[in-house]
Amino acid sequence: MVNVEKEMIIRTKNVDFFYGDFRALTDVTMDFEKNRVTALIGPSGCGKSTLLRLLNRMNDLIDGTRVTGEILFEGKNIYAPEVDPVEIRQRIGMVFQKPNPFPKSIFNNITFAPKLSGIRESGALEALVEESLQQAVLWDEVKDILGKSAMTLSGGQQQRLCIARALAMKPDVLLMDEPTSALDPISTAKIEELIDSLKKHYTIIIVTHNMQQAARVSEYTGFFYIGKLIEFNATEKIFTNPDVKQTEDYITGRFG
Amino acid sequence: MEEKRHTSAEYERELQEIKDGLLYLGALTEKALENGSTALMERDSELARKVVCDDDQIDQIDFELEERCIRLLALRQPAARDLRFITTAIKITGHLERIGDMAANIAEKVLILNEIPQIKPYIDLPRMAEIVRGMIRRSLDAMVRSDVELAHRVREEDTVIDKLNDQIFRELLTFMMEDPHKIQVSLYIMQISKSLERIADHAEGVAEMVIYMLTGKSVRHQPTCKTNG
Repeated sequence: MVNVEKEMIIRTKNVDFFYGDFRALTDVTMDFEKNRVTALIGPSGCGKSTLLRLLNRMNDLIDGTRVTGEILFEGKNIYAPEVDPVEIRQRIGMVFQKPNPFPKSIFNNITFAPKLSGIRESGALEALVEESLQQAVLWDEVKDILGKSAMTLSGGQQQRLCIARALAMKPDVLLMDEPTSALDPISTAKIEELIDSLKKHYTIIIVTHNMQQAARVSEYTGFFYIGKLIEFNATEKIFTNPDVKQTEDYITGRFG
Repeated sequence: MEEKRHTSAEYERELQEIKDGLLYLGALTEKALENGSTALMERDSELARKVVCDDDQIDQIDFELEERCIRLLALRQPAARDLRFITTAIKITGHLERIGDMAANIAEKVLILNEIPQIKPYIDLPRMAEIVRGMIRRSLDAMVRSDVELAHRVREEDTVIDKLNDQIFRELLTFMMEDPHKIQVSLYIMQISKSLERIADHAEGVAEMVIYMLTGKSVRHQPTCKTNG
């Protein structure tokens, strides 16, 4: 047996987070393995989305917040003073709960950020659009209507467009905040299938309220309750025989 | 530890019904075994026929329990201990159903034995039946009380039954060698002993399922006795 050292792409160390006086996260230490899917679960208000947003400094945009501890991305603290949050958000992309395409054409949705980052050549942009849409398994459905408004797409297609838009920046990590909660079961299944194919090239961290979804798509699951990481384990272990009783009570529906 | 109730009272009730069903099925198989043993001891063919007929009810309950479990798997997507409970319940009901079949087999042999002269008083068979009955009861008690230790003890009892079965086999072998007229009756007694030994295996199977249900660890297919090297 060859003992292969697991490569951790993001590590959080003793992270506390405050919205003003309110402590939303307490002493969260967890490692995210590269090219794996990690799910964060827990009841509303448990801090799972807060943690997700901390990982690419989205909480910087909210006044009166404070983070202590360390969040290391490829070994470097992303909250160090010299770090540019825009650069972090390029490497660590995000997909939100509700599809939020720009009110522009499908093509321009994908090229918007790459253009801002300096890609101008039309051939390169076209290649990027095709590659991103292919990866998001949307290309075949939209390749003939790239000039049409993104708002004409269905909810499921819009969400895959948002994923393609995030992929266009060639991130290393994709954060997903309940990416299918606004979608029907078929669109949900397509996104889940997409997650499975994306993990070859990307590390995915997904917040979900749908526990079966966490069970289906992830290799690791972290259970949060009142701002604390209660259990972080292999997904199979969490859903068949969790180590902590609180986790078991939550996933079997004995809670509150 | 205090057990929290499920958020869905309906789900909680359905889980409880499966548990109750398993206990009822266990009680029926125990009774079948007790009746079979009494029918042998007292040469009561009427009682033996009842054991054979009662097996239909055991089969029916096994069928219903399995249906309920599959229904819950489909509708509730259970996880963790609920998942372990429902999946092991399917296996436990299978073990109990087989115990019912074995009890009916024993009763059928008793019907034949009751028609021919007894070659010796039955001593070991009722003793075996009593231990086996206790194994069935304790394996299900272990489930009700969440008592892993008790389930482990049931597994150990299986070796006692194996030894008794071997002992009966050797004894009957000498009977048969001494007097060929005793071959027929000896073979029937041997089959009863073998059925009891199989029932003990199924009770051990129930205990193993209970251990998995309670701990999440599988103890099946592990050697219970030490091997050389």
